[in-house]
Amino acid sequence: MNHMYKKKIWFAALSLASVHVLVLGAGFFAPYDPAEQHRDAPFERPMRLHIFDSHGRFHLRPYVCTWVNEGNSLGPPRYAEDCSHTWPLRFLVREETHAPRAALGPARHLLGVDAPGRVFLLGTDDYGRDQLSRLLYGGQVSLFAGLLATGLSLGLGAILGCIAGYFGSWPDDVIMRVAEIFMALPWIYLLFALRAFLPLNLGAGQPFFLLISVIGLAGWARPSRLVRGVVLSAKQRDFVHAARGFGASNVYILRRHILPEIMGVVLTQAALLISQCILAEITLSFLGLGLGEPAPSWGNMLAGLQKYYVLENCWWMLVSGLALVPVFLLYHLLADALCAHFKAPGLSRKGRMTIEKLQVAI
Amino acid sequence: MIHFLAQRLARALFVLFGVSVLTFVLIDLAPGEYFQAMRLSPQISRETVAALRIEYGLERPLPARYLRWLGSVSRGELGFSFAYNSPVWPLLRTRTGNTLILTFSALACSWLVAIPIGVMVASRAGRWQDRIFGIGTAFLQATPDVLIGLGVLALALRVRWLPTGGMYAPATSEIEGSGKMKDLVLHMVLPVLALTAGMLPVLVRHVRSAMLEVLDTPFITAARGHGIPPCRILFGYALPAAANPLISMFGLSVGALLSGSLLIEVIMSWPGVGPMLLEAILQRDPYVVVAVVLFSTLFLVAGSLLADVCLYIADPRIRVE
Repeated sequence: MNHMYKKKIWFAALSLASVHVLVLGAGFFAPYDPAEQHRDAPFERPMRLHIFDSHGRFHLRPYVCTWVNEGNSLGPPRYAEDCSHTWPLRFLVREETHAPRAALGPARHLLGVDAPGRVFLLGTDDYGRDQLSRLLYGGQVSLFAGLLATGLSLGLGAILGCIAGYFGSWPDDVIMRVAEIFMALPWIYLLFALRAFLPLNLGAGQPFFLLISVIGLAGWARPSRLVRGVVLSAKQRDFVHAARGFGASNVYILRRHILPEIMGVVLTQAALLISQCILAEITLSFLGLGLGEPAPSWGNMLAGLQKYYVLENCWWMLVSGLALVPVFLLYHLLADALCAHFKAPGLSRKGRMTIEKLQVAI
Repeated sequence: MIHFLAQRLARALFVLFGVSVLTFVLIDLAPGEYFQAMRLSPQISRETVAALRIEYGLERPLPARYLRWLGSVSRGELGFSFAYNSPVWPLLRTRTGNTLILTFSALACSWLVAIPIGVMVASRAGRWQDRIFGIGTAFLQATPDVLIGLGVLALALRVRWLPTGGMYAPATSEIEGSGKMKDLVLHMVLPVLALTAGMLPVLVRHVRSAMLEVLDTPFITAARGHGIPPCRILFGYALPAAANPLISMFGLSVGALLSGSLLIEVIMSWPGVGPMLLEAILQRDPYVVVAVVLFSTLFLVAGSLLADVCLYIADPRIRVE
């Protein structure tokens, strides 16, 4: 039985790792720069990859046609496919840049087409920016915001939980009272309250870390409480008493005996918290409180859909939201499997598992 | 009972106090304030802005402002909104009502749907019905609320069966009574649907696991042996025994729905507290932010208090403790 959970954990972890690699390598995998605008091609539909041409002949190298805008300039653009000229897809194309690139940027892209042609496999947004490129670059922000914020809140939660559980008395009281206040707020409201103390407009770079710290701060209370519970029970174990009898210091006991005990809770909570933190970033960016344009994130890519005509006509603008579903499925799978594998105290019973999940959600 | 209630109430008051202090300090730390935009305008002199700041008490130290705010809370004003130039409570009152209508309808809907599905799925654990619902709930749980909201709205825009956005149709503002009620219900369908869809997977999984635990116990086997019909065993015997974790879950789901409704309100332009909070943060209107955050806490705390009281009534073991 345990073996099966291990397999699940490996499957989820490896799939997630490959998603992250894909996103990190956006410079190579994405055909365009995320901020590169094609003003003559707003809201272009995802292009079809053709293998058979209009005469039914087979082409080994897939090609794309151009979309021609047939709508008037007032309404949303209406595109029709024009296959009078085809653009065969090229792989590992060398980039022709106008501006000098950063030294680290890769010189080649995975795919592209010859010069005047353009390839938008997932369509374009209102400025004619390639959705596929924005999806990949936006994943850098959204997925890693989740990872880093989780690291922050788990680190904080584990440290405070250890202090509260191990030392007891007044540190315990203070930490748990504050945690109670943090948990009494519905999580979006807590996020907003914490967000209120940052400047309104956040660009890229340093504000990204400010945003992460806000999301991280919103989530420390739950893990700290769970860790405290585990530490409280671990403290009573015979080997801890024995170690203390031999004159071991507090730090030694915490590191050698308590830390391994809380690993299960921490890992399980990590898998739960990461999806929560990603969701937090998406929500903030969607509402215009996260990372600002032109930096793409999976949340601000969805913000354009608040206009009804975009929502009605351009389903491809939803791609970043749709991309979240498999990512969250994998994280939930990982969390469930880790839960079952570790049988962490307080998490082992089936009924508890979902309650923890919901409590994180609150 | 009274002792128990008093204890919980004291705790709730402490939490509310803590939340108000926390939000106050956070907002005070924020760079920029409501009058900052005025300073940029050449038509408004520096002296005017300074006088306004003094008039609204922004020059005073934080503790003084907090005490003053507490005073306005005791008068039932909940502070003063700079953007609306009015006390916060009259602004918040209708918004709160709108949010509560939405949240409680969604709460009722999601539990009414989740309990039968959860019980059904638990009674067929391991069979194809369980698998299908398991996969369905996993997918729905992995779908972010934003996507659910946008998806429901996009679908509604495509088929155009239901009104989208707002609470009432513009023309019905004069109609009273049942016509208005019908309009409200029609406008509520989409946001309630989106909120229920977001809440459902968690609740179904929870009902299922609570029921599974009870269905394993000997008294259910005994009931089966006595030939009691399966439906009565499930709803008459097993469900009440599984009620305990579900009641505490009910309290928690209030908070989860409040979180969810903020987003859905913004997406569906429902005139609740969600859009108001967003606007207040963007305008740097501090007392509105504090009031809305406090309101959300109040309802989360009230939800868990209600759950505690229900547990106290439902479970004799807790009374003994």
